[in-house]
Parts: sequence; C-alpha cells; structure tokens
Amino acid sequence: MAGKYFGQPVLRLEDKHLLTGRAKFVDDIVIPGMLHAAFLRSDYAHAIIKNIDVTEARKHPGVVAVYTAEDLGDYWKVGPLQVPPPFAIKGAQFNARPLPPIAKGKVRFSGEPIAIVIAESRYIAEDACEDIIFDAEPLPAVIDLEKAWEDTSVLVHDDLPSNMAALVKQEAGDYEAAKKLADVVISKRFVADHVAGAAMENRGFVVNWDERTQEMTVWSGTQAPLPLRSAIAGRMGLVENQVRVITPYIGGGFGPKVMTSQSDDVLLPWIAMKLNRPIKWIEDRRENFLGTTSERDQVHHCEMALKKDGTILGFKDVFYHNTGAYDPYGMTVPLNTQTHTVSNYRVPNFSTEIRMVFTNEMVVTPVRGAGRSEGVFVMERMMDLAAKELKMDPAEIRLKNLLKTEEFPLNTGVIGQDFVVGVLDSGDYKVNLEKCLEMVDYEKFRKEIQPKARKEGKHLGIGVVAFTEGTAVGPYEGARVTVGNNGKVSVSTGYSTQGQGHFTVFAQIVAEQLNVKVEDVRVITGDTGHFHWGAGTFASRGATIAGSAIHSASVMVREKIFATASKFLEVPEDQVELCEGSACVKGHPEKFISLGELAGKANPMRGAVEADVKPGLEATAYYAPPHCATGSGACAMIIDVDPETMMIKIERFVLVHDCGTVINPLLLEGQIQGGVSMGIGNAFYEKIIYDDNGQLMTASFMDYLMPQATDMPKKMEIGHNVHPSPLNTLGIKGVGEAGALPPSPAFCQAVEDALYEYDLDITESNLNPCMLYEFRNKATKR
Amino acid sequence: MSQLFPIKVTVNGTVYEREVEPRLLLSDFIRHDLGLFGTHVGCEHGMCGACTILFDGEPVRSCLIFAVQATGHEIRTVESLGSPEHLHPLQEAFHEKHGLQCGFCTPGILMTVVPFLEQHPHPSEDEIREAIDGNICRCTGYEKIIESVQAASEKMSSGKQ
Repeated sequence: MAGKYFGQPVLRLEDKHLLTGRAKFVDDIVIPGMLHAAFLRSDYAHAIIKNIDVTEARKHPGVVAVYTAEDLGDYWKVGPLQVPPPFAIKGAQFNARPLPPIAKGKVRFSGEPIAIVIAESRYIAEDACEDIIFDAEPLPAVIDLEKAWEDTSVLVHDDLPSNMAALVKQEAGDYEAAKKLADVVISKRFVADHVAGAAMENRGFVVNWDERTQEMTVWSGTQAPLPLRSAIAGRMGLVENQVRVITPYIGGGFGPKVMTSQSDDVLLPWIAMKLNRPIKWIEDRRENFLGTTSERDQVHHCEMALKKDGTILGFKDVFYHNTGAYDPYGMTVPLNTQTHTVSNYRVPNFSTEIRMVFTNEMVVTPVRGAGRSEGVFVMERMMDLAAKELKMDPAEIRLKNLLKTEEFPLNTGVIGQDFVVGVLDSGDYKVNLEKCLEMVDYEKFRKEIQPKARKEGKHLGIGVVAFTEGTAVGPYEGARVTVGNNGKVSVSTGYSTQGQGHFTVFAQIVAEQLNVKVEDVRVITGDTGHFHWGAGTFASRGATIAGSAIHSASVMVREKIFATASKFLEVPEDQVELCEGSACVKGHPEKFISLGELAGKANPMRGAVEADVKPGLEATAYYAPPHCATGSGACAMIIDVDPETMMIKIERFVLVHDCGTVINPLLLEGQIQGGVSMGIGNAFYEKIIYDDNGQLMTASFMDYLMPQATDMPKKMEIGHNVHPSPLNTLGIKGVGEAGALPPSPAFCQAVEDALYEYDLDITESNLNPCMLYEFRNKATKR
Repeated sequence: MSQLFPIKVTVNGTVYEREVEPRLLLSDFIRHDLGLFGTHVGCEHGMCGACTILFDGEPVRSCLIFAVQATGHEIRTVESLGSPEHLHPLQEAFHEKHGLQCGFCTPGILMTVVPFLEQHPHPSEDEIREAIDGNICRCTGYEKIIESVQAASEKMSSGKQ
C-alpha cells in the first residue's frame, strides 16, 4: 500500500515550531484584560458542607469575584452525562450521577472544587483561596471497592439505596454448563491498580466572551473540542455558532483531557459572560492529581474452566470497577474491560459482570489503555495460572488457544463501549506470538540462557503475553479538504491532536491523493470554527476514523480536479493526470494547469455555474465504522530481578504488533514506544494511593513515580505484522493504546519466572520493590 | 506581598530591567513577564524538568528559583537555540529522529542537553540516559530522545572538525 507519501517515514511537520518554543499552548494565550482563576478544593474526601465564608476573600485586593455553589443560582445544574448509559445491553442498570459544577451540600472526594476565585493574577487568586473559611462535618470515606458494594456501607450519594453506580452482566455461551465439563477450574482474585494519565501539560481553559458580537471563544487543551463546544452552548443557552472552541498545541492527552464537564468547563464560560472579562485557568500538577480524572482500579474475581490439554472451555469474571465519586463518562472503561478480557483466545463460554461502584475518590475516566489493560491483565494472569496448574509452558497454552485467522470476522457476543456487539475483524494472533517468541529467542532462553544464569546465581525470568486492542470506535469523524488559490491544500477536522503526529499523517493521506508535497498540506485540528462535527480523540481513532474521512474527501477533491481540468485542458478526464502541484495532459506535461489556478477556475466570480456543481476544489466527507477495528500483538519481556533489593532490570523487551496498513512507520514506532513506557510505568512505578480517609497519598511526581530514561529497556525490539482492516479503504487499525496493554502481565509472569525458588502468586498489576517483597514473603519456598 | 524589587537579568542576550514581587517564580517571570513561552511548566516542584533553562550556563529548573535570584545573572531559554527556518543541530536531530511527540517537555530536554553535549561531545548511550534522567517525557519512551542526542553529538562534533 506504500505510495509516494503514504506509508513513508515522513518527518513531522509540527516539529519545528515545537522544537523552537514557538508552538502555542493554552497557557501561552494572552488576551488584554484577562483575569485569572483559582479553585479552592476540599481537603475532606467526604463531608457535609456547613458553611463557606468567602467574605475576606472578596475583600482581598486584586480579587474581582468569588463564587460558591450558592452564588450560581439557577446555573448550578448537574451534568449532563458525557457518555450515555449502556442501555443497548439488556438488563443494564445505571445510576447517573454526573459531575456537579461545584460542590453543593456535600463534598465527595478530596480535591473537589468548593469555591472559585477570579483575580487580576493567579498569585492573588491563590492567596484569596487561603482567606476562605470552609466549615464542614467530615463523614467516613468510602474507599474499599468491595466493601463499598455492601448494603452496610456509608453512602457516597445519600439518595441512592447503595453505592452501586451500575450493574451490567453479559453472557456469551453458557459458562455454568461448560464448567461441568471441565477437567480443571481455577479461580483467583486480582487487583488492577489505579494510575494517572499525567500528561506533561496539565489541563487549561481560556475563555473570552465578546459582548458586541455575542460570541464566545474558548481555548482549551481538550481531546473533545466539539463535545465541549456543544456542552458550553447548551449550558449557556447559546446556539452552537456562538461558541468557538480552539485547541492550541496540546501537551499530551492520554485520556483525562476528554472531560467537558469539569468545574472549569462549566463555570468559566458563565463567569466570563457575567464579568464580561476574559479569564484564564491553568491547572497545576497537584490539582491534576487530585481533581482531574484517573483510571484502572478494579478488583476481579475470575474463574476459568479448562480441559486437561489446556483447551479453554469457559471464563467467568465478576469485577468491581471504581468510578469515583461520580460517573460522568458512563461505562466506557469497564465495558472496554469486558470486551478485552476475552478477545484473543477461543473462549466459547464467557460470563462477565461489572459492579461499578461509587467511592470518595476522584472520578475515573479513560487513561491510555482505557479498561483494556485490566481485561488483558486478568486474562493473561489466568492463562499463567492455567499453565502452572496443567504443567504447560506459558507460550504453549497461549498458542493452543489463540484464535485463528480464518475465524475472522468473529462476533464475540459482548457489547462494548460503542454499544454494538463486538466483532474481531482481522489479524493473525498466532503469527504475532510466534514471531515474538522467535525474536526473543524463547527456546534458547529456556534451554541455554536461563539455566546458565541460574547457575551463576542470577534471577532472569521471561514473560510472554498476547493482547488485542479494540481501536477506531465510532460514532464518526469528518473532514474538509480544500485546494487553495496558491495551490496549497487545507484540511480541517474536528478531531483534536495531542502529539500523535496527526498534522503529518493526515497530510500524507491528502498528499498521496492530490500529488502535492506533504509540506504543502496545512492541517487544522480541533477548531470548531473550521469544522463543526466530530466526537473527539480517544480509542486510537485518529488515523483510522478521521484519517478515513480525510482520505474520502481527498478522493472526492481528486475527482473534482480531474473533472475541472478536463474542461480547461480540453481533453477527456481519462487523459488528465496529476503532476506535482498541477493537472496535466497524459504524456504532455507541458500542457498543464496548476492546482492553484484550477482552484480559482472552480470558483468563478461571474457567469453561470452548473446547478449541481459546488464551488471550489473542495469536499467534505465523513467516516463511520460499523464496529471497531482490532489491533493485536504479542509481547515478551526478560527481566533480571535482584532478590535482595527487589529492583529489576528489563534485559529484553520485544513487541510484535499488527495495526493493519501503516501510514508512517517512524511515527508508528513512536506510538508503540510511548505506550510501552506507560505500560512499564504502570507495571512497576506508577500507582495512585488513597488512604482510608480518602486522602491522596500520591499528589506529586515525588510520590507518583513516572518512568524515567534509566528505567526503560535499552532497546524496544518491535516487529510488525500487517493484516489490513477490511473495515476502511485504507486498511488501517489504531495503535495508540497498544503498547500500554501487555507490560503489566508480561512483567508479572517474568518476575514469577525469575524468582523461581519461590511459588510466587502475583495478583496485582503494579509491582514496586515493596510489593514484590511482600509477595515473595507470602510465597512458599519451593 | 506587594513590595516590588528591581531586577536586571540578561535573557538570551537581552538585558531586561523589571520590578517584580519577591515571590515571583523565575519560570513565571520568563513566561508571563517576558513573553518567552518556550519554557514550559509541568509540575512546579522541580520533578519534571520541563522548565529547565540555562542559568549562567548551568541547567536549572526555573520553577524552583525566584526571579529576584536571577538578578545579575545570564539566562538562556529554548528561544536562544534555532528558529523554525534555521534549526540548531540539536533541534535538527530531534526532528530527524522523531525525538518528540507532544513537544511539551522538549524545551526542557534541549536546555538540559546543550551543556551536557558541551561537556560530553562524544557521549555513550548510558551517559545520555543519565543526563536526561531528570526530564520526564510521557510520550516517547525516551528511546528516540536518546537516538536524537546521539545523532546531535555526531552532527555537532563533525561540524567542529
């Protein structure tokens, strides 16, 4: 599929501005007369609000206004939900508790905003927060997921009979019947630990209300510019074209920036209109840890039924999912877990139950991996247990159960985050794993390297796992492609970008169709003034969904170029071809018209235009997939564990991946490597910890450990398989989250293998040295 | 806190005389008083390294010192390297090796690496890893950053010959 530009390792168009400090991020926006906002956040995780005294804060020099819930009057309304409840699933129960604009009556997590100060500078706004007296009656905090589910638990939402946020059961086949036929049934409880998105740039929001034009402009580092625009218009009673959301350069997203109903999103537009002054709010790191969203945090009770030969008969999973204090993002995360627990192995009978629970913690919404990580983690751990029980090799049991390529497309019978029944579209999962084993020299490691290392007293272990990534979920994205009068091409899409390289890959798609230089394609992402339809950046859907729309629009423009050029060159359309930057007569490159000139001709200022002809060399197209495209892969890790300190060193890291047709191999590697570093972070370094009082113990980079350069393997060895997706013309599947999925289970398996003198039983996804030490102490010596 | 102190700081070769509050962070001074937005703020507690600038030639986290402490000193920010039209060899290498994704941490990494390469013109991979260990990048997994620094060292040392 590789072409002149498509499929090539084109260097990024966005780099030069970023490298020289010229790129504009949200905190670089300056508007004359701009005020600054700071939030006062609750220190209590759970408390009844008695009184919030803002008298002194209002008197503070430089303070313009202070608001609490009481000051908002009728504007204080919860919600709406950002993602609707999954009522496509039969019997699904869901208690909607969207985010309030600001706490009223009760605070439900430590870090929840209780007042907002607007001042002449951020320094003054923060000073004035200190002047606010917050009087509250603390309540016991609801932290433990399983205890929270019980009827006797303290309630996060008093108007509900329990802390149940949702209950969703799905069944494919008949697990209980399968269990009766099993030779072995294994069961285990697992914890998928809580992690942060932790983009290097925190969230930010700048708003300007122009009273004279009656238009509001918002600059936000959002992953969802169009949902944000619609949400603001809806809350403010404006029609959509009165609100323009612009995403400047964004310093990483990783999930939490998809929120459009946080306090800043809701309050700042209203306050800006009220005060008739522009306002900026930039989240600080502490606020990002406390008050933005985070993910994982599930407790699984798994059961697997197998035949003696290792054939899986069925899988049962009942899991508790922490949604935090509210559930504004519906059930995206736990539904992703359900669809990814059983996705690459042949599991004819699958029973899965989500118990989504309210706690006194920050809200849980997707973070790179987005529920998939948890599903992959528990399934891969159960495969390891099965292998141990049946005395099989971990690779062998996997190869035996992996789905075969001729089984696709395969209907899984489980409804996912997109509310449609899952279909695995394509791939060769077995080849992924075989290639991975070959790359890591699995046989040699088992037969030579590991025995030799053990003789030398070294603790080397290997982990091999397989995974899928449901990518490119709907509903749709769109784009407009226009040839300008200077012959350069502009592309606009509602999709927003956070560093993935969309400016480049989208340009490659267009350049390939229109035969223009990549650098002559100017892409605008996430500006609702330029393109006003779209859902947002999540679920590895940029290249696939927006990319497919851009491809369709480019093909339409190409056709229009041929039709228009044929008139001016006075030859039939099939005699026209595209030379670089122009249309010419086939075999006569001297007879040409430049694309710029043609664009002018396609937009005549006088004379009659045929009725069905639209002006300009321009087209708009949309792409909506019937279901997601399935990326897949396998991963192997060799780890050296120091049994004294429990520090680890990753000796080898191999990942084989299939994301269908590749648009840009250089950027693809970057996506995988970045995902892997997050996966390694999740496996050994990063962990969000709340104490029993609901206090966040990890609210800074001093306590929440991000993986650093010296923590990474020397080289991530990446292999590719290419099975184009049948779902879109380009055959592409997403890749953004893939790298983050396999490290945790591969890591656990490798550590158990390394510390071979102990019968380790690792049941948590995050293993820092202390955790590892505890697991080893609990283990029996072989 | 409203008492202002006069300061005189040289930033990227330009002398700035300003009156600032003693509590004003150097990072905020550079960004919001001088409008040099290339220096980014990621954590404000000295952990992420995004705000790294050169302070009399040494890499320093500008969020950990006050603007008043910079009086009489010489500061360099990312804006002192190349321009989009004429990249510095280090920036060129990051472009060619895909050493950045969202680019938010990048200015801090560049300003960490500039003096490092002056002191280690032919660094080993391990030395590079160690040198950038205090700069957190969430996007790249560091591998391509290390390749970029390696490539830059080759470019820069061959340029000197």
